[in-house]
Amino acid sequence: MKMNGARIMLECLKREGVDTVFGYPGGTVINIYDELFSFKDIRHILPRHEQAGTHAADGYARATGKVGVAIATSGPGATNTVTGIATAYMDSIPMVIITGQVPTALIGNDAFQEVDIIGITRPCTKHSFLVKDVNELATIMKKAFYIARSGRPGPVLVDLPKDVQIAQTEFVYPETVDIRSYKPNLVGHSRQIEKAVGMMLEASRPVLYVGGGVVLGNAAEELTTLARKLTAPVTTTLMGLGSYPENDPNSLGMLGMHGAYCANMAMTHSDMIVAVGARFDDRVTGKIATFAPHAKIIHIDVDPTSIKKNVRVDLPIVGDVKDVLSKMNKQVDKLKDKHAEFAARLTPWHEEIAGWKAKHPTSYKQSATTIKPQFVIQKLRELSNEDAIVSTDVGQHQMWTAQFFQFNRPRTLLSSGGLGTMGYGLPAAMGAQAAFPDRQVITICGDGGVQMNIQEIATLVQNRLPVKIVILNNNFLGMVRQWQELFFDKRYSSTCMELPVDFVKLAEAYGAKGFSTSKPGEVEKIIKQGFKEPGPVIMEFKVAREEKVLPMVPAGASLNEMVLNA
Amino acid sequence: MQHTISVLVENEFGVLSRVASLFSGRGFNIDSLTVAPTNEEGMSRMTLVTRGDENILEQITKQLNKLIDVIKVIDFTEGGGVEREMALVKVAAEDQSRAEVLRIVDIFRAKIIDVTPKSYTIEATGNPAKIDAILELLRPLGLKELVRTGAVAIGRGSKGWKG
Repeated sequence: MKMNGARIMLECLKREGVDTVFGYPGGTVINIYDELFSFKDIRHILPRHEQAGTHAADGYARATGKVGVAIATSGPGATNTVTGIATAYMDSIPMVIITGQVPTALIGNDAFQEVDIIGITRPCTKHSFLVKDVNELATIMKKAFYIARSGRPGPVLVDLPKDVQIAQTEFVYPETVDIRSYKPNLVGHSRQIEKAVGMMLEASRPVLYVGGGVVLGNAAEELTTLARKLTAPVTTTLMGLGSYPENDPNSLGMLGMHGAYCANMAMTHSDMIVAVGARFDDRVTGKIATFAPHAKIIHIDVDPTSIKKNVRVDLPIVGDVKDVLSKMNKQVDKLKDKHAEFAARLTPWHEEIAGWKAKHPTSYKQSATTIKPQFVIQKLRELSNEDAIVSTDVGQHQMWTAQFFQFNRPRTLLSSGGLGTMGYGLPAAMGAQAAFPDRQVITICGDGGVQMNIQEIATLVQNRLPVKIVILNNNFLGMVRQWQELFFDKRYSSTCMELPVDFVKLAEAYGAKGFSTSKPGEVEKIIKQGFKEPGPVIMEFKVAREEKVLPMVPAGASLNEMVLNA
Repeated sequence: MQHTISVLVENEFGVLSRVASLFSGRGFNIDSLTVAPTNEEGMSRMTLVTRGDENILEQITKQLNKLIDVIKVIDFTEGGGVEREMALVKVAAEDQSRAEVLRIVDIFRAKIIDVTPKSYTIEATGNPAKIDAILELLRPLGLKELVRTGAVAIGRGSKGWKG
């Protein structure tokens, strides 16, 4: 059947199982929107800013495991997606971004709203395509989705000139795709896996160090099975939270700059680190020279470039984490006769870890007069549903959420880990809520970050997306202020946001509900009220202004040099 | 340490800039870069000369392999390949220096490809070290202009890149 390029693009999305797209119309995508008008198989959500649309597609992808899709027009529409694309790229989120482009005959002529978006996004996409011929469109779309979701996932951009959207051709969607230059290595090497399990069972002080790769690779179950079989302690990165239940006694919580004391001490004193889908980010390792000085390191990752990039590795295993972990589990089963001896050897290690946990638990001092942000997060955890999805912005509230919310299931925390994008939380929650209309979706933000994409309350109201927006308001860009306090003699250069925003009125202006308090005694009541409301709600908590995220490893210090009280 | 790397890529627009921006984005240096189509349809071959320690070279190779359009990466450092480069050199040649230029050209088995009363233009080919050597001898005679292609390299022996 003959169709125009715009229609073919939509048919391709449908074939890839896309049910929701986040997009903003404009001159060079008007033909796509004209087709969308009568295309009933795809829900279109109109954000108020293309950046938010891209974050929403990202949140949708993180919450569902499917490929998120965003559409933007050419020029400024396309450039507005860049932060969203870079955010997804840094956290390996599968996304396809479709941008309109000026007609092929005008490309390179400085036409109105022309921009080289392929060039601009080259460093922050997994791959990109400029479609020059409508006959190539279907194959390119197939390739784009395949590349976005396979191997180490990532964002793929498809730039679609206006004349290609108008041109007609026969629509044939390829069944399969074969890219000779792209063959991700998904199957872990059996001998390496055997060796790894052998090494692990010789260890006395093992730690499983788990990253976002386990969440992305849908391998949380395999990881939990392995950890329980070995009774090995598990620590996760921010991106790995939820991949192992934090309420399990063997969970050490998060490690790194604002990680738990016990997790950082365990890494420092470990003799065997098994890194699974984690990339030894500088926020995790602290000073590289003193990182895990006694440990042998086994590193499992689907992306060979992540291995040996930052730290020495004794045994690399390239492969899909789900495949590798399930093979490891089988191998562990084969060596049943060694289990009892191994478990006995680990007893003093568990005792030592328990000692660290007891000595310096991640805690805060409660106040009767001022709301402590950590207290709000604890209350949110207590009062929220077990399968609630939580997104965050970036900064102090993000770290308090990581420390105090307790994530027990994968894909329940959506947070910009690699890029650290302020303004991410609200639109990401919007994407997750669009995917799961019946689940509780909460975004925890600071007063700084939430104002970067606050306009999306309008999208929530228009689309009946009942996201609960929690603002921990300290009138500061809190994390930068914390650094200024600790390392720059309290010279609070441009981190104070004194202008009092009335968030309740702001919510009401958009047609949402708003609640606000500065009293600790009212926190629980407001959370309950907010959760009960059927639509989107802002819950503003005016919190202790100079509260710090602790413990903390100062930048450039070793993991065991934690500031516990300051 | 200097490395010569062959990168076999899909012959599509933008591939060169992907490779180049991989280097610039990570602060790796490119000493020379050549690119042209091969005998295989739809495939181009780049020859890159770069430098770095073992870890940097490992990252370069892995990152190149990670690019979607890259079919194969071959590192020729261990003497597994033969390298050639071409240079076009315009050198001042008047009076007695004309004979000296001719002698050098003869010794290096280069060619004169353009002559004027005041200059010779020389085509020299060979491995990059040989090009360096001829330039060193020509420079004192008055080197007016120079263009080098950068190295191209191919594996030694009868086997092709597919093995």
